[in-house]
Amino acid sequence: MIAKRITRRKIVDKLVSSLALLSVVIAIIPLAGVIIFVTSKGLSAINLDFFISLPKPPDEIGGGIGNAIQGTLILIGLASMVGIPIGVLSGIYLAEYGDNRFGSLVRFMADVLSGVPSIIMGLFVYVTVVLTTHSFSALSGGIALGIMMIPVITRTTEESIRLVPNSIREASMALGVRRWKTILFVVLSTAKSGIITGIMLSIARIAGETAPLLFTAFGSDVWATGLNQPISALPLVIYKYAISPYANWQAQAWGAAFILLIMVLVLNIGVRFMARGRYRR
Amino acid sequence: MPPPLLFGKKGSKRARKILSGDSIFKKLTIIFALFILVLFLLIFYELYSRSQLSINKFGLGFLTGVEWDPVHQVFGALPFIYGTVTSSIIALIIAVPISLGIAIYLSELAPRRFRSPLSFMVELLAAVPSVVYGLWGLFVMVPWIRDYLQPFLESTLGFLPLFQGPKFGIGMLAGGIILAIMIIPTISAVSREVMLAVPDTQREAAFALGATRWETIRFAVLKYARTGIFGAILLGLGRALGETMAVIMVIGNRPQISLSLFEPAYTMSGVIASEYIEATQEIYLSALIEIGLLLFIITLIMNVFARLLVWRMMKMFRGAKE
Repeated sequence: MIAKRITRRKIVDKLVSSLALLSVVIAIIPLAGVIIFVTSKGLSAINLDFFISLPKPPDEIGGGIGNAIQGTLILIGLASMVGIPIGVLSGIYLAEYGDNRFGSLVRFMADVLSGVPSIIMGLFVYVTVVLTTHSFSALSGGIALGIMMIPVITRTTEESIRLVPNSIREASMALGVRRWKTILFVVLSTAKSGIITGIMLSIARIAGETAPLLFTAFGSDVWATGLNQPISALPLVIYKYAISPYANWQAQAWGAAFILLIMVLVLNIGVRFMARGRYRR
Repeated sequence: MPPPLLFGKKGSKRARKILSGDSIFKKLTIIFALFILVLFLLIFYELYSRSQLSINKFGLGFLTGVEWDPVHQVFGALPFIYGTVTSSIIALIIAVPISLGIAIYLSELAPRRFRSPLSFMVELLAAVPSVVYGLWGLFVMVPWIRDYLQPFLESTLGFLPLFQGPKFGIGMLAGGIILAIMIIPTISAVSREVMLAVPDTQREAAFALGATRWETIRFAVLKYARTGIFGAILLGLGRALGETMAVIMVIGNRPQISLSLFEPAYTMSGVIASEYIEATQEIYLSALIEIGLLLFIITLIMNVFARLLVWRMMKMFRGAKE
């Protein structure tokens, strides 16, 4: 009787263990599926022309997404100009001065901010910037993406500054260096690699964002002409081409998706190796 | 003369100068930290004031109206609320068991050297851009659903109205499945973190009483971590409710309320993204912004609640460990 119950418990134990392993396998299938399909379908769409030339109408063969690559890079640059200063400085506040109620509130809201849907950010920038300037623009796209970078940068900056040992701060202050200079030149440079990791992660996060760009950058078929003009971006092109009925546009959507996916994966994997090196030391 | 105080109110001229540089820097960082809080108020204010027109005209009827007719300026948001909520529920039904399985495997069962590469792979699922999921969903997953999953569901569960209807592939079910894929990394990563935070003494006590591994997980880990796991699920739900691009590409975008999961549907984020450009009349745009406001408030509540649960739980554990 007891032996029977023990066998049953052991069987249940094995069963649950295999179900848990099965769920990992199930979760990896779509990841593998996406990578395999995007790579195989994307590679066939890619050639030199694809990188450097402008899009063509659907009935003409050829054409590329050069302006979308350019647009994505410009948007990332603009977003960084918004997101990095705000993120790093509020991260400094949280780590150096933030052990109080206001600090906890900011910390908490930064976490919540990362859960606000990206389309809301797009809509917000649309009504505040695009509707008041009466024009879709690269700048408004950069602002929308920049706001989305803030929470990641804030929290990683805070965490990496907190890892800096106090003795380093004390040594600097003992030499008569002011606290703000200590933070800017001693603490920050010690925490540098962690902060850069956070920035790279946040760029990986926004590089593929589409929803906020629909309302702001809007997309364009030509090279970027100015920051107050609509601009193209990889995710926008993927969306536009994917839902189009034209086979050669759909093929190009896979090519653009391949480039975007490589970008995002390289950033993520790069961050991981950087972080690993740091912890080992 | 007393030595200059570095952090006091009094002191020599030089000390005051030091203090002023410090306080300017501190204030500067406070301003940037404050910006994060102000941002929330700003988003709320902008969306609220821009949706006044629609709020005043339709009142609460906006939430229950089923008609969405821009030509006659009749706007009811219920089909979109229904689409968002239903697709998110489907996503949770699929994603929660899988995510908990992953979290359990990665925190309790997996051989140590596999843990970190495997959890990295699951996290990569979250890194794939949503528009890439949409592309894959549209050209790979939807045909699979049409050719295999829908006939299978119809022949086995077809007596339920849920699984009757046209077999396009595109529709509510496809939307739910793609959302499930996208929220699995969120739920599993946070649950795993919470489970790892459960003090080892809990596990040791259970093992010492002769529990099997599963019994230990069930009674010592899951029971202890349930608040945090609930928080993780809410975080996943928040993400599902607000997700836009992938869903837009596979759900069919037709504003209707149908029991069948095979029928096309429309989500709140979907209607904002695909119709704002046609919304040239003020009342139309205002109605779309009101949907955005609703979405903002719902996801905000979800996230605040979820983070509070996870935070409180982690704090409790830290207390227990010390």
